[in-house]
Amino acid sequence: MKAINIIPLFVIIPLAAAFLTSFVGRLIRRSSEVIILITSLALLGFSVYTRFLLNSVPGKILVYKIGGWMPPFGICMVIDGLSGFMLVTVNLIAFFVAVYSLSYMNQYTDKPKFFTLFSLMVCGMNGVIITGDLFNLFVFLEIASIASYALVAFGTEAEELEASFKYAIMGSVASAFIFIGIAFLYSFTSTLNMADMARILAYKQNAWVIPFVGVLFLMGFGLKSSLVPFHAWLPDAHPSAPASISAMLSGILIKTLGVYSLVRIFFNIIGSTQGYLTVLMFLGAISMITGVVLALSQWDLKRLLAYHSISQIGYVVLGIGLGTPLGVFGGLFHLFNHSVFKSLLFLNSGSVDYTAGTRDLKETGGLGKLMPVTAKTNLVASMAIAGIPPFNGFFSKAIIIIACLQKGFTGYAICAVIGSILTLASFMKVQKFVFLGEIKDKLKNIKEVPFAMLFSVVCLAVICVSGGLLLMPSLRFFLDDAVAVVLKGTSYAGIVLEAAAK
Amino acid sequence: MLFCVGLYGVLRKRNIIKIIVGLGIMEYAMNLFFVLLGYRFHGRAPIDANNQDIFNMVDPLPQALVLTSIVIGLAVTALIISIAIRIYEKYGTFDITKIKKLKG
Repeated sequence: MKAINIIPLFVIIPLAAAFLTSFVGRLIRRSSEVIILITSLALLGFSVYTRFLLNSVPGKILVYKIGGWMPPFGICMVIDGLSGFMLVTVNLIAFFVAVYSLSYMNQYTDKPKFFTLFSLMVCGMNGVIITGDLFNLFVFLEIASIASYALVAFGTEAEELEASFKYAIMGSVASAFIFIGIAFLYSFTSTLNMADMARILAYKQNAWVIPFVGVLFLMGFGLKSSLVPFHAWLPDAHPSAPASISAMLSGILIKTLGVYSLVRIFFNIIGSTQGYLTVLMFLGAISMITGVVLALSQWDLKRLLAYHSISQIGYVVLGIGLGTPLGVFGGLFHLFNHSVFKSLLFLNSGSVDYTAGTRDLKETGGLGKLMPVTAKTNLVASMAIAGIPPFNGFFSKAIIIIACLQKGFTGYAICAVIGSILTLASFMKVQKFVFLGEIKDKLKNIKEVPFAMLFSVVCLAVICVSGGLLLMPSLRFFLDDAVAVVLKGTSYAGIVLEAAAK
Repeated sequence: MLFCVGLYGVLRKRNIIKIIVGLGIMEYAMNLFFVLLGYRFHGRAPIDANNQDIFNMVDPLPQALVLTSIVIGLAVTALIISIAIRIYEKYGTFDITKIKKLKG
């Protein structure tokens, strides 16, 4: 088998898993769990393998032509540094969340259906990442979104339905904006292939269409990634979903559908101008502050975490919006780190919910003695998100702040520091009310969570602690290649078409 | 224009069903728009037959894309309506101002 034939497997495997879990899972008990475990492990393996494969390929790019058609006419799938980076992130989190769900989902009724939707979501996200075609991106984006609307409503309680309805309406409006944007771009360039589109746009200068399309995409993907003026759905949707799905939504969904697509379109297709970058930075800074301020006043553990997602996405977008090599590096590094520690935090909140039966901060307390492992992993994740030195969050935040100062944006740097301090404050609150203090009477006889849940939180905590190692020279290619793709901008077109022509 | 009508429906109405109808109108608007992009005056159906030149054909690609988009729209609408039915079971109302157990 040629190495390049791995690429479509990232879509085929989860699709097949979705089919099998709903079909076989009903006939044989527990078979869906085995299927999901094997497929998510396989996906993780393939993504890491592909990432290393990229190093041996000239130009660090892999292009797979579906059905053998040449790119401007047929659909192609492209893996470059940025896609490889995102693939590893997504499949890493998806694997740990799948392991966690094995035990956690015991409190819900229909496991096979849950795993079907879960696989569809992973399929959609992998598709968004590897596709080289704008309309394909829209289709995969919708697959992932529809699966996530259904997953948010999975508990079918009143709050969950309400949150899911809100999320579905806002998500559909966002998709409509994205679709109109794609329609305008198609009418302007008569092509849907991203690389070809970038090539044509490059010599059609000064078109009125481009700023208009830019605004449409900014609204659409901004809604998907919940930047601040468009963030209303997130604090409802994330707490209402089952904890493992909150981890997926917050950890990777908003990043793949929102930030990744935004970066791909603005940097590689339209070509970044100072105007877009200023808007991105501004939105990033607002999200950062608003998210964390709203988070401080929350008493529901998962709602608090959801507001922090908004704030941390702000950091990522601010870093990328700087447009300097260091800023983009910091932004992408923070994207990876945030996936890890935010998933970990959501999984921990799920563990608390699982054992204590509540996630109201006023009703919990003293769980540190009863659930020592969860308490420790939560401490690690809290320190990481607040940016305490040995953990991964420190490095990425420091890089973003330094990049801000380098470019002379002292105001943004101060915002980032303030955001970080407020984050620390709100996580002190979590630790105090959940894991320290007096044990409430009715929580006396709870135990630590089952092994599968512990396994994934401990693994994620280890990644949190060792995340800083990605800065070491031998591992830096993982991030550097992704940054290189972003900075190459519209010359992306030439590289893809050249690689496809081989 | 139709798109704006739909958007108005989504943003302004208080009844869940009317919001869903607004969403539907928005989807039709964008599908129509996309099909019109591929339209040529005096065009003919894009079927490749012998001894016919391809110059005055309607652009077939948007039609294929819109077909996909209609299917996606169907899936979203079906899902949202089923959620709306469950909401009605739980709350006993379609009025969104009365459905607010979540606040932030």
